[in-house]
Amino acid sequence: MAYLELQNLHRDFGTNKALDGIEIQLGEGEFLSLLGPSGCGKTTALRLVAGFDRPDQGRIVVDGKDVTRVAPNKRDMGMVFQAYSLFPNMTAHQNVEFGLRIRGKDRADRRKRVDDLLELVGLGHAGTRYPHQLSGGMQQRVALARALAIEPRVLLLDEPLSALDAKVRVQLREEIRRIQLELGITTLYVTHDQEEALSVSDHVAVMYRGRIEQMGSPAEMYTAPATPFVAEFIGTMNRIEATVVDPSTGTIETGGVTLTVEAARGKARGDRVLVLIRPETVEVAAANGAGANTMTGEVLTHTFLGPVTRLKIVSGQSSLIADMPTARAAALPPGSKVDAALPATEARLLDLKDDEALPQITEEPGPAGP
Amino acid sequence: MRPTRRIAPTAVIWLLIAFGYFFIPLIATFLFSLKSNQTGHCCTAANYSWVVHSSAFWHTLKISFLLAIETIVISLALFVPTIYWVHLRVPKLRPVIAFLALIPFVIPPIVMVVGLLQFFKGTPSWFYAQPWGFLAGAYVILAFPYMFFSLDAGFRSIDVHTLTEASQSLGARWGTTLVKVILPNIRSAALAGSFLTLAIVMGEFTIANLSAFNTFPIFIQYVNESQGFPAASLTLMSFAITWAAMLSLLVVGRKRGQRAAIVAGAR
Repeated sequence: MAYLELQNLHRDFGTNKALDGIEIQLGEGEFLSLLGPSGCGKTTALRLVAGFDRPDQGRIVVDGKDVTRVAPNKRDMGMVFQAYSLFPNMTAHQNVEFGLRIRGKDRADRRKRVDDLLELVGLGHAGTRYPHQLSGGMQQRVALARALAIEPRVLLLDEPLSALDAKVRVQLREEIRRIQLELGITTLYVTHDQEEALSVSDHVAVMYRGRIEQMGSPAEMYTAPATPFVAEFIGTMNRIEATVVDPSTGTIETGGVTLTVEAARGKARGDRVLVLIRPETVEVAAANGAGANTMTGEVLTHTFLGPVTRLKIVSGQSSLIADMPTARAAALPPGSKVDAALPATEARLLDLKDDEALPQITEEPGPAGP
Repeated sequence: MRPTRRIAPTAVIWLLIAFGYFFIPLIATFLFSLKSNQTGHCCTAANYSWVVHSSAFWHTLKISFLLAIETIVISLALFVPTIYWVHLRVPKLRPVIAFLALIPFVIPPIVMVVGLLQFFKGTPSWFYAQPWGFLAGAYVILAFPYMFFSLDAGFRSIDVHTLTEASQSLGARWGTTLVKVILPNIRSAALAGSFLTLAIVMGEFTIANLSAFNTFPIFIQYVNESQGFPAASLTLMSFAITWAAMLSLLVVGRKRGQRAAIVAGAR
């Protein structure tokens, strides 16, 4: 049975549909990331769960109880904010203690719990410091300890790492996951950083224009995107528009090149499809006459990514990108003629309606606040 | 080794001009206050002794000081929650309130007091005939711009939304959030507004005079008209008392809000 349920949530700000009927079911102790570009509605959804805003329609259920109309201070939701939210007039210890004081816990219990939590987030030594004496990463750790202190039913994290530098971000996200697993707390995490979402979550929900495009495990989201938007948003993907020419063999045609794709078997002849191929599955070699499932083209650019180098290859009207080990990429400098072998079995296929254009990911303006 | 900091000669000149502007009148007043009220010759402390032994001095001073405290308390109780709510829920209303706050600047006190006297005519005597009622109400209006703009600056220096939501998510009610989280972080602004209010009320003459209340500025004016040299000593003493009151407010406020002030400074 789901522990946290978001049922058909709608929220409009004027003419802007911030949430357009989202449905989420999350089991107890699970970690779900809401992922999407700015303005997709992910923070609105989180604020509804926290109780800072009310849905126009739909219900929020926690542990079988409808909390849609419950005030935020009575929901028992621990929240870590994007902006530094520690109370500036209180020390780290007092910040963590705040929720316990509100709940009337006795002094000894409060002290023990605060000390334990500060230890848990690695700040046992910093309890007497004020927020302005802590770095951004330390402040967010204290904010996490403060949110956990009240033993919340659900932990809500609203892009808590976005203001931190890259190294601290990676370190802290791993700690968040470690602590979440250790405490077994149901967690809803909002981020626009796909790497962050994929690396720490049990489930990822990709949101776009107030809707959930797809929800699944990180591996599913990466290997089996269900919509062109998810394919575009998660990781890097070659997207090739093609037409099915022989459904019995899985043959498709794009820009005068015919390819065989397992996933095209059983489609109707003439169907428009979108072929999705991850760059790391494309095999690139110096041109020596086209083999099966191969596009011949010219290397346009090299992008050094450390262990791998990303090649942009142009073939007639089409272009594709391929990742190959950096040591081997040096043998194929820009201007080289190459054969790019596309995997018949690993390519994914999405149906394109006749008039459907490929989605472009753009930063959309966030919804106007209430 | 730290390099020695040199002060530019022009800065010294400006400092001297500023020093002269503020202190020459005080020094002149001080010298004037030392002259005998009978002979007109220097130097005697008799004028100060007269002031200290005047019961009217202590009586009116007490009235004005208590009025100032009452005005500060009412203003804070009225404006802190209002401005907090405006910042949090209806930020569009902020310019409207800022405009309203300018009205006491624009309307001359004499016009305001006539209007207020007319408006409150017929109200119970415990309000209309007492400085703690009518006069305190008028002073709250007079202090509105000073209190509003000080508090507004304080609220703008903190992230009201995030602090409020963080507090609520931890289980705090509105009152707890306001008292434990918001107020300590705008303490400097509240103190600034309180200082200004104190100074205004301690020196306000027009409204008190026209509404026939005997406050400290009325007493100063009376002495000024009747006795020149004691008036100078009274002026200096009122100056010192007002500053002492402000400093004591500062000390009380700082003791409790030192940490918040440090943080506000660090932001």
